[in-house]
Amino acid sequence: MKERDGLRLARRLALAPYGLWSLLFIVVPLGFVAYYAFTDNDFAFTTANIARFFTATSESDGVVTHTYLLIFWRSLKLAVISTLLCLLMGYPIAFILSRASARTQKILITLIMIPMWMNFLIRTYAWMTILQDTGILNSLLRALHLRPVHIIGTETAVIIGMVYDYFPYMILPIYSVMAKMDLKLEEAARDLGCDSFGVLRRVIFPLSLPGVISGITMVLIPSISTFYISQKLGNGKFYLIGDAIEGQYVANNLHFAAAIAFILMVILLIGMALMQRYANSRAAA
Amino acid sequence: MRKIIELKNVSKSFDGQKVLDNVSLDIYDNEFLTLLGPSGCGKTTTLRIIAGFETPDAGSLFFLGEDIASLPPHRRSVNTVFQRYALFPHLNVFENIAFPLRVKKLPQDEIREKVSEMLRLVALTGFERRSVSSLSGGQQQRVAIARALVSRPKVLLLDEPLAALDLKLRKDMQQELKAIQKATGVTFVFVTHDQEEALSMSDTVVVMSEGKIQQIGTPIDIYNEPRNAFVADFIGESNILSGVMLRDRLVRFSGRDFDCVDFGFDPNEPVDVVVRPEDVDIVPAESGQLRGTVTSVTFLGVYYEIIVDIDGFKWMIQTTDFVDVDEHIGLKIDPDAIHIMDKSEYSGMFGDYSSFSEEYDELSQAESGAEA
Repeated sequence: MKERDGLRLARRLALAPYGLWSLLFIVVPLGFVAYYAFTDNDFAFTTANIARFFTATSESDGVVTHTYLLIFWRSLKLAVISTLLCLLMGYPIAFILSRASARTQKILITLIMIPMWMNFLIRTYAWMTILQDTGILNSLLRALHLRPVHIIGTETAVIIGMVYDYFPYMILPIYSVMAKMDLKLEEAARDLGCDSFGVLRRVIFPLSLPGVISGITMVLIPSISTFYISQKLGNGKFYLIGDAIEGQYVANNLHFAAAIAFILMVILLIGMALMQRYANSRAAA
Repeated sequence: MRKIIELKNVSKSFDGQKVLDNVSLDIYDNEFLTLLGPSGCGKTTTLRIIAGFETPDAGSLFFLGEDIASLPPHRRSVNTVFQRYALFPHLNVFENIAFPLRVKKLPQDEIREKVSEMLRLVALTGFERRSVSSLSGGQQQRVAIARALVSRPKVLLLDEPLAALDLKLRKDMQQELKAIQKATGVTFVFVTHDQEEALSMSDTVVVMSEGKIQQIGTPIDIYNEPRNAFVADFIGESNILSGVMLRDRLVRFSGRDFDCVDFGFDPNEPVDVVVRPEDVDIVPAESGQLRGTVTSVTFLGVYYEIIVDIDGFKWMIQTTDFVDVDEHIGLKIDPDAIHIMDKSEYSGMFGDYSSFSEEYDELSQAESGAEA
């Protein structure tokens, strides 16, 4: 009895630093965000910041739009496109990777990780140099007597940047689920009448869903809230939700910046919960 | 009986190592056939070639007279029960069994009917909605069998399916497998390294060693008429002595002549002589055909297992008579207890119990290595 109590105490003590860490750097800051989101400049309670996100309008060329809803919609669209591209390219790569020899796996994983060791700003600048109208890509096209393309400052450029930066976050979780998969299950599926596509559809894909879900989460969330990529590769023409937060923050509108961040967080949480529920229902079916 | 599967001169190597060496084997309709041998003997590879997971390097594989060596597994009317069951963790019991039917896109009510028939067969009615990870080893085993049988294959392949179960459950499942085979009439090809399992379940036993078939026969044939020292040693316990066939029905070993029932050997042909431990009678030293000293006695419940040193060769004898260590005893061997075999590459390698305890070590190593 005594011993078990001692063990429990030891376990609590061992967890204490992590608990303290979460409290200080996760719970308290989140509390501050919520607090700022629901207060005005005099720190009196208000829902005006939240309301402003949904109701603020602006007019250009005689067309009236909901400013922040439009920005949010644009962010969501670019993030979803980037995430889908990452998934479409990453899933087959993760699969091939997980079935390669141990040596090849190690080498390829390292190659995938190496860009992540470089600063994210530098990587984005590198893409600027490549995609600019007078950049590396167009020089190459000219040298080959092909027509140069205008990419920088378009949505395409922003998507290229997002896909490049967040691609590893899609591959790695899918790869780790697939690498753990029991190869006998594939043999069993083939034995029971599946051709290669049937094995993929009926066994490999359903079993890789947890990896797919976490890959989607890990790409969607940073790409929906990015601001740097859109500023550098979109030439600031594609104002995204991250840019909006940054802009309000720089302009010292801390309360409204917090409100946007808070709303974004709530929407993402709801989205993730729905996705998790879908995955669980698939797993239970 | 109709021949279902025929392997003809099949060879297979992995990384330059020969795993199957010119194996030929006929498998008949409605037969319970066991591939028996120590780990690395090629029995699992044989099974995987029949299933279609491996292609033979040489030789051919016929299914009802048709060469199927290059047919992929999903187009063969053969299903497998895997060693660790390989149940789909994302599907419940019902959907696991329904899997091959869903692949074939059968209508829902037909699927329901066939699955519940299978659940009845393996006594798991009521388990439809359970997740497979919540089942015991024995129950998972039954689901695997039901899943493999639901589309009525001509042949069911079982790869050491009982290895992961504890002894009691294993005995029950042996009975049950045999009953399922009888009830369905499906040909079972069963792989095991457990000779007792092979003897008790099979119609036909195929003993394999080093990628070659050593003997094919009924359990009784294999036990009573082993073809060489390997088979005699692997199936049950055997005292194997080097002898000379003096003439028909007379053999000389251990320095004396014995009447026996075997004939058809050349005069003075060197042979291997097998005497099963349970076929030796213990008599007073003075009236024994052979005389020796007891070196160890082990009580095994139904009988004692004693080791007797006769001129340096150690015999194993199973007896219900109690004798003491160091006692001087005589042995009497009836003519029909003596089995004569041709000399083979395995002569002299088995059948002397001088290193008995070491042999036990090897056995337990072989069993723990059998999963690989």
